[in-house]
Amino acid sequence: MPQIAQLAETYASQIFWLLLIFGFVYFVIGRGMVPRVMDTVGLRDKQIADDLAAAQAARDASDEAEEAWRQRENANREAAQALVNEAKAKAQVSTESKLATVQSRIDAELADAEARIDASRAEAAAEIETVAAEAAQDISLRLANINVTKTEARSAVKKAMAHG
Amino acid sequence: MAVAGETAKVDPMYQFTIQPLLGENMDIAGYNIAFTNSALWMMITAVVLWIFMLGGMKRELVPGRWQMTVESFTGFIDDMLEANVGKAGRKYVPYIFSLFMFILFANLLGLLPLGIVGVHPFTFTSHFTVTGVLAIISFSIVLLVGFWKHGFHFFSLFVPHGTPLPMIPIIFPIELISFLVRPFSLGLRLFVAMMAGHVLLEVLSSFVIDGWNAGAGFGLLVGVPSFLLMIGICALEILVAAIQAYVFALLSSLYINDAENLH
Repeated sequence: MPQIAQLAETYASQIFWLLLIFGFVYFVIGRGMVPRVMDTVGLRDKQIADDLAAAQAARDASDEAEEAWRQRENANREAAQALVNEAKAKAQVSTESKLATVQSRIDAELADAEARIDASRAEAAAEIETVAAEAAQDISLRLANINVTKTEARSAVKKAMAHG
Repeated sequence: MAVAGETAKVDPMYQFTIQPLLGENMDIAGYNIAFTNSALWMMITAVVLWIFMLGGMKRELVPGRWQMTVESFTGFIDDMLEANVGKAGRKYVPYIFSLFMFILFANLLGLLPLGIVGVHPFTFTSHFTVTGVLAIISFSIVLLVGFWKHGFHFFSLFVPHGTPLPMIPIIFPIELISFLVRPFSLGLRLFVAMMAGHVLLEVLSSFVIDGWNAGAGFGLLVGVPSFLLMIGICALEILVAAIQAYVFALLSSLYINDAENLH
């Protein structure tokens, strides 16, 4: 077993070179290169985490913006609805008032016309009376040779007309 | 893979022999520090690991495959320390990562089938001088952190919660011994696992070679099944290479957790 057989003559060289070379590995590679490799990994992890956080923030912001838009949209819709309702009510009112004025004008015309009709009817009735009285006067003169006065004839006609 | 010519004898232990390559007589304060094949493979491991890590230094926001691989290894160690030690575990990532990757690459490079081009890969993690030093480094960190953070209160680690007072004199030495055994078990586990796998592969390969040398009958009877078994065990060894590196790093982080958080 050379490990034991050669121990006395080689141990110093083995230990010397091991310490020298492992020292190189430890200081140059372990202390020099490993921290930089780990820094790179750390930086990458940080960047990924930051990007994720930024993405999350952007998402939250967009959600917020959407919510705000939705609220504004709802408010706008409500305002529009109110405007429409108001216009409708206004139109209703103006229509009603217009209808009322037209109605009252029509009513007035109707009343006027009826009054005129009544007046014409009264006039016509008076004329018929006069004509009937004159006819009655004339008839009684010719048939019975009785001279009836105008007033007597008129009262007789009136009596007859009242009886129908 | 040392086939000694005619006799076709395979010495399964020969692969662990350390051979000086440069500066055979280089001394520091009387200690020989020759540049050996073991040191060469440590260097190769460090360089391959460094090249591997360069792929992670592109620092692109969207990583390519290579960068992704490097990042998954650092993330793996980071998660392991986070799970075992907690937030305080982060400062040990450089050490545990170096330990894990150094052992992992050493184990895997030692398994490379370079023998077919005449080069002998050397698995320095199959030497307890190496695994022992790594275990002692881990253990020293545990001791330093433990005494630095908790002072003498660190000894309460050896008295589990709820121990009845009369039991303390018995429990304390048991816990202390089990604590002190840790660096040995840590170092020996890796050394034994790597050596055993390589010896097994070497023995099976000697069955293949010796079987065919003994004739076609032995070749079919012994060589072919051994070769099939070798293929399976090679796959297993790749798994073991990763598992042992993981176990070493995991246990180191668990021991560091004891020092950080007591219990």
